[in-house]
Amino acid sequence: MIDKIYSDALASLQDVQDGATILIGGFGGAGMPHTLIDALIAQGARDLTVVSNNAGNGTTGLAALLAAGRVRKIVCSFPRQADSFVFDELYRSKKIELELVPQGNLVERIRAGGAGIGAFFTPTGYGTALAEGKETREIDGRNYVLEYPIRGDFALIKAEQSDRWGNLTYRMTARNFGPIMASAAKTTVAQVAEVLPLGALNPENVVTPGIFVDRVVKIEGQDGAGR
Amino acid sequence: MSYTKWTRQQMAQRIADDIPDGAVVNIGIGMPEMVANCLPPEKEILLHSENGILGMGPRPEPGQEDGDLINAGKQPVTLLQGGCFFDHSTSFSMMRGGHIDIAILGAFQVAENGDIANWSTGKPDAIPAVGGAMDLAVGAKRVFVMMEHLTKNGQSKIVSQCSYPLTGLGCVTRVYTDLAVLDVTPQGFSVVEMVEGLSLEELERLSGVTLHA
Repeated sequence: MIDKIYSDALASLQDVQDGATILIGGFGGAGMPHTLIDALIAQGARDLTVVSNNAGNGTTGLAALLAAGRVRKIVCSFPRQADSFVFDELYRSKKIELELVPQGNLVERIRAGGAGIGAFFTPTGYGTALAEGKETREIDGRNYVLEYPIRGDFALIKAEQSDRWGNLTYRMTARNFGPIMASAAKTTVAQVAEVLPLGALNPENVVTPGIFVDRVVKIEGQDGAGR
Repeated sequence: MSYTKWTRQQMAQRIADDIPDGAVVNIGIGMPEMVANCLPPEKEILLHSENGILGMGPRPEPGQEDGDLINAGKQPVTLLQGGCFFDHSTSFSMMRGGHIDIAILGAFQVAENGDIANWSTGKPDAIPAVGGAMDLAVGAKRVFVMMEHLTKNGQSKIVSQCSYPLTGLGCVTRVYTDLAVLDVTPQGFSVVEMVEGLSLEELERLSGVTLHA
């Protein structure tokens, strides 16, 4: 029998190793898996590389993981925000390494990682500082930059509904990176608001097929943004 | 002769007037956000938001905000009837793949060859952030820039060559400033419109680049 449901978040992250690469879903607060991040902080893994669109907001979620000193390097597109003071301080005091990636390249690199693509040529960033040192090619009169895949040891994402096979639906703009990151990690853990019996999810509405999901944790009550 | 600069509201309205019925538009963070409030109701204009919305609606009434429904600036928004949600890969396929009709971006500098610099001042203490700007710059069918003509120190943001780090090469179509509307052409900047009372010579002097009538 296939049952991917974990009773608690900490149990779902027990095998995260020091030095692991963690893909963390979310765009700002929408889709950020706060419960899983809190569990990762409690679990204690250090020296992490985190791949996420932003570098944390306020003092909760990803910002709390950064503040706990667990992250060596962050790969993201938009670290600087009105409430990114935790990251700002770490960056200015050189306590964290930043790899800045244009947002479309970030998601496409993760998609490539999940889709078995070796590398891809993108027009985004050509001729800019973010493409310095990278291989380029002219194809049909247009210039492209070669970008390589990103894969994670773990992906932590937030979804709306699941079943015990790990099929997922999402809620509004909380979907963002979730379906892509789910495909690109050795172990994908999804926190969900609701677990339904097998067969209760309309198969036409499944956004992430369970093949990309290894563990599901049902959370209780409010978790960060949204519901 | 004296002249009065256009207000941001006037600039936003001027841009909105140029957006045709049926266009799919991505509005950048910052000054361009004002354009959303100026779109004429008689036109059906679809707003795209990079975080997975097509058919984005205005800010909700107080108390109706939902943290799962936000725009690129992380502000609460609504969804219009017919609107939809999608993941980031799909969203950036729309942007990079030439499916967005118009992107409206803010900028530090625009060069006469259409280069745009809008993501970093390059200062050593600055925290860089790029987001989806580079994808929009290369991918949108038309790139409109909305910015003040001069910096606070009076330096022109219309330049012969960008000194700030580039966002995209040769991609800007039209620039809307508080002094003029300029098209980027193979010959350089061409003046579409100027504030009343401003001469081409004076605009050229302020800009420090050759402007074509």
